[in-house]
Amino acid sequence: MNRRLIKTLVGAAIFAAFAGGVSAQDSKVADELAKYREALADGNPADLLEVKGEGLWSEKRGPKNASLEQCDLGQGPGKLEGAYAALPKYFKDTNKVMDVESRLVHCMVTLQGFTQAEVTKQWFSRPGKESDIEALVTFIGAKSNGMKINVPATHPEEAKMAKMGEYIFYRRSGPQDFSCSICHGQEGKRIRLQDLGNLTTKDGAGTAMKTWPSYRVSQGAVWTMQRRLIDCMRQARWPEPNYLADSIVALETFLQKNATGTVMETPGIKR
Amino acid sequence: MNFKFGLFFGLTVIFAGQALADKPVEAPGGKFAKEAEQMFRTSFRADNPKYWMTRLEQDETMKTCLQFRDNPPRKVGEKLEKLNAATIRYPVDGKLIGDWKEGEKLAAVGTGGHIGFIQPDPAGRVRGGNCYACHELAKKEIAYGTIGPSLREFGKIRGKDEDTIKYVYDKIYNSNAFTACTNMPRFGLHSWLTPEQITHIVAFLIDPESPVNKD
Ligand code: HEC
Ligand code: HEC
Repeated sequence: MNRRLIKTLVGAAIFAAFAGGVSAQDSKVADELAKYREALADGNPADLLEVKGEGLWSEKRGPKNASLEQCDLGQGPGKLEGAYAALPKYFKDTNKVMDVESRLVHCMVTLQGFTQAEVTKQWFSRPGKESDIEALVTFIGAKSNGMKINVPATHPEEAKMAKMGEYIFYRRSGPQDFSCSICHGQEGKRIRLQDLGNLTTKDGAGTAMKTWPSYRVSQGAVWTMQRRLIDCMRQARWPEPNYLADSIVALETFLQKNATGTVMETPGIKR
Repeated sequence: MNFKFGLFFGLTVIFAGQALADKPVEAPGGKFAKEAEQMFRTSFRADNPKYWMTRLEQDETMKTCLQFRDNPPRKVGEKLEKLNAATIRYPVDGKLIGDWKEGEKLAAVGTGGHIGFIQPDPAGRVRGGNCYACHELAKKEIAYGTIGPSLREFGKIRGKDEDTIKYVYDKIYNSNAFTACTNMPRFGLHSWLTPEQITHIVAFLIDPESPVNKD
């Protein structure tokens, strides 16, 4: 928490330094800065969501009136420590490589008896409409804090998924000729003022992946990795993928594999 | 280690390094590339209108760039550059340099063309060149990206002769006519910008009165 706060302060200071000279965007930047400060005043707003997620995890809910405490996120039923850091992962019971969100939804359907449509209706929050998934993922993510990302993709299905993610990462299309690699394939580049790391290296992928899920100040909400990647596809000017689509899980597998060995620091706080 | 051996050893390392660099890199996805394409195509919401889905089509340039991770061998690159050069169209009046003030506005606009159900651009939203996303241009705009080289004082440095004007027009119309698989979009080819809009941006880069070249 302390380290996180210091880092955020440094981030805000850098942000302020940049903001100093921006003319046309002065008011917008000042706006964002104010939000940053607000966010800092009482720590990371994601911490509150984490507490909410913890409550949702153990609460008996759904047609089966069951909690999620028997949910197997890959480390065995109910075992949360390090689970996020080791996802996506191959699951025998579904014969699929699943990320934290698809596995969580699977548990809500099988253990609590919700339908998939019910559970995923509010997969991300909008002003005034909170998302249970966001809260639960924030809670699950925090249980990997301080642990190393561990997705070596040794199972053949995982190795295949990582390869397919690599394919999508370099695939160019759309009216701007974009691919993930255009924006995230080189060291030390920025788009406008946003730093973009090289997500194909351990360092670049690690710096990015260790902080998710993250509170996004500009959005006033915690974003999950699915939310992040679906928005990057929007920025690429592509159509909208399905929530929990295999292509997103494949990209996550590729990125987590690249980031493997990096110590998690989540929930993060971002622009 | 004597001098001769040292020299030999050094050269060997250099040659070995080059040989390594020349070794073709595996295409992304390896043996799963076909399956990955299939998976990608079928992972979009069923209610995306058809004309949105066409944005996933790849022309030969896109396919080739993917295969070589945007780093095609020179021979392949040259072929793509020829192919792309042949697509360039000019304004009907043949004038390639327009109004830098219009160009200044277009260079700054980063919106337009976003689709999907979460946060699409409203219909009719102006599409810009978004040059600042990747390039430094006018000095006063410090919120610029660095994916492309700085274009500050472009006209001052490169001149304003006909060839330079044509080069800039062509580059914006179809960036791949010069550098196959560059990160820069092909604004004219995709009709993202009209030929007239491109002439305004050319003026923004070249005109001595433009803030790119002044102060
Ligand atoms: C047009 C540029 C662009 C494209 C294309 C793009 N992104 Fe992004 N991406 C961004 C920006 C901008 C951010 C946010 C950076 C910030 O706010 O500091 C971002 C953030 C991210 C992050 C989080 C990084 C971090 O440090 O936390 C990941 C991971 C990511 N993108 C992956 C992808 C993937 C995978 C694709 C391909 C589907 C993709 N992006 C396509 C621009 C892009
Ligand atoms: C997504 C990033 C991106 C965007 C957006 C972009 N460019 Fe580029 N541009 C590049 C890159 C990378 C290069 C260097 C490689 C090359 O020559 O293609 C480049 C090169 C250039 C060059 C050649 C520079 C030289 O020294 O000859 C010009 C001129 C140029 N861009 C103009 C523009 C203009 C004008 C716009 C806006 C309409 C624009 N670019 C938008 C990435 C971009």
